[in-house]
Amino acid sequence: MCINMIRTSYSDAILSGFDYLLKNYPEVFVLGQGLWSPWYVGNTMKNLDKKYGKDRIIDTPVSESACTGAAVGASICGMKPIIVHPRMDFMLYAMDSIVNQAAKWSYMFGGQLNAPVTIRSIINRGGSQGAQHSQALHSWFAHIPGIRVVMPSTAQDARDLLISSVLCPDPVIYIDDRWLYEQTANLGPIKETPLNAITPKCLKEGDQITIIGSGYSTLLALKASNKLNCDGIDAEVFDLRVLNPLNSKNLLDSVLKTKRLLVIDSGWKSCGMASEVITSIVEQIPTDTLIDQPRRITLPDCPAPSCEVHEKDYYPNEEKIIKFINDEYYF
Amino acid sequence: MSMSVIRAAEIKIAEAKKNGLIKGPVHLGVGQEAIAVGVSKNLRNSDRIFGAHRSHSHILGVDNDLHKLFAEVLGRNTGFSYGMGGSMHLASKSKGFLGSVPIVTGTVPLALGAGLASKLQKSGDIAISYLGDGATEEGVFHESLNFARVSNIPILFVVENNLFSSHMHMSLRQPLNTINRFAKAHKIETRLIDGNDVVEIYRTTSEFIRKMRSKPEPYLIEAITYRWFGHVDWREDIDVGVARSKKDLLNWKKRDPIKRLSDAMINKKIWTKEKQDTLDLKVDELIDENWEKALKDDFPDRKSLLDNVYKYD
Repeated sequence: MCINMIRTSYSDAILSGFDYLLKNYPEVFVLGQGLWSPWYVGNTMKNLDKKYGKDRIIDTPVSESACTGAAVGASICGMKPIIVHPRMDFMLYAMDSIVNQAAKWSYMFGGQLNAPVTIRSIINRGGSQGAQHSQALHSWFAHIPGIRVVMPSTAQDARDLLISSVLCPDPVIYIDDRWLYEQTANLGPIKETPLNAITPKCLKEGDQITIIGSGYSTLLALKASNKLNCDGIDAEVFDLRVLNPLNSKNLLDSVLKTKRLLVIDSGWKSCGMASEVITSIVEQIPTDTLIDQPRRITLPDCPAPSCEVHEKDYYPNEEKIIKFINDEYYF
Repeated sequence: MSMSVIRAAEIKIAEAKKNGLIKGPVHLGVGQEAIAVGVSKNLRNSDRIFGAHRSHSHILGVDNDLHKLFAEVLGRNTGFSYGMGGSMHLASKSKGFLGSVPIVTGTVPLALGAGLASKLQKSGDIAISYLGDGATEEGVFHESLNFARVSNIPILFVVENNLFSSHMHMSLRQPLNTINRFAKAHKIETRLIDGNDVVEIYRTTSEFIRKMRSKPEPYLIEAITYRWFGHVDWREDIDVGVARSKKDLLNWKKRDPIKRLSDAMINKKIWTKEKQDTLDLKVDELIDENWEKALKDDFPDRKSLLDNVYKYD
């Protein structure tokens, strides 16, 4: 019976993923800014420094570039480092180590070396934080061959995909979203799953429209789809989970069934993840499959505003999604 | 590997680049051989070495497989990087040479992490970061010195100061003409040495590395040197850039690290002119033999284009 099961929050699930990795893999260590602080990374790293020591949980100088590079270098030497960026915006200082070095280390040297680093990057937005404290840049990284991009949307995946990411022999960017930290789930026992076996997951079955999200967008899709049921619209919801390399097989099957496609993304529209998902599906289905043209809900193409009035217009929400579906599709 | 072999290998590469046999850019370090040779004599296979764009000497310093270097610059599947890297992307995992790449300063923080890993693994191994004077102008170099110091990471920064970054003389890029001041600013022990004196390089490195193995800490060596060729490929570049004149080049050639060593040994009567001549002939044979072998090797299979992007399929 589920009655006695304890529901775990998304943020606690991340913490339990770290705990599992640090306990079972001596080659795992973590570095990044704020790791010894109780408020920097929510409670997702709470007391790990006390439990595993400050040698393995390293709070670093304000040097994203050197610290990310150091994580990449350590990973080349048999360690499984996790570099934590408490806010994705600051991670841009580290682009060389991620894009030029980690992503290409295996390819450039003919496979004799690899950089199994995990780069944990947190999306932290809203609350009038403005243009430089808000970005969700997963699409950028998903463009780069050689880096796997992971975005968990559920508490279960927050823990399990962190473990899969760290154990993966390739560099992985693991992106969690603070807007998801209060989500809860009954977590089963940990079972290690290779990251390349993770495919988009169906979170709700339906047969009238396929809605695809990633990270927080998946939660929005799920909430909207539950309400859409009351309007008689039966939506199927998929969570991408791994954005690069993208495996679109089961998405394709879903669209062939529902014949309608909507992608919701927490990034911008231009050259974004939504475009990639739609294209990768549409180019594989007969032209007369879709009843309505494929659509996307994204951020408008402007930086995140600070003013709360603009902010309400800027971010997608449940109501906007329901209205969009009712207005743009014919059921 | 000896300075003479490294010199001869690079001159061979220069010729082949000029003749069009080599497709990609080659950054030659002729004139700078003493540094890699002096440093490498103090290293073991489990140390972690990272190079940059001008790294033929760095990899040959620890892995004397000339055939693999030639095959790699020719893009053959028998090369150091199986033909996937070319001159600018070299690695020899079993010898501890964990990669050289052409993004300036790109490997400096990686070497830092390699040293950090060694410290966590308590292996006593050290990291070597080869970089040039130009690389000290990137921000991540300073971040790396700082992090190395506060975390006591066993890394030796070997700065080959050849006075030029591409075409630009140091006086046009920095307010002072030595870079060891950056080490001092971060409380890192440092020494400014003659980069064309292989004995001095060996001794200094030996002293620093002995200390690093017993107590993890960063050190920095600044070795002053000069490259005989231009920034890239075979030309001497005596007519480009600022302050790179034919006169300067000729003066620096008088400070040739190989001739200096040979002359000093002859003076001390532990070496002879005849022995040097015999050695030079042997080196030429070695070069030709390996070059011809590499020329006969295959290119990577066309089907391998997408291999090794990921380790997992």
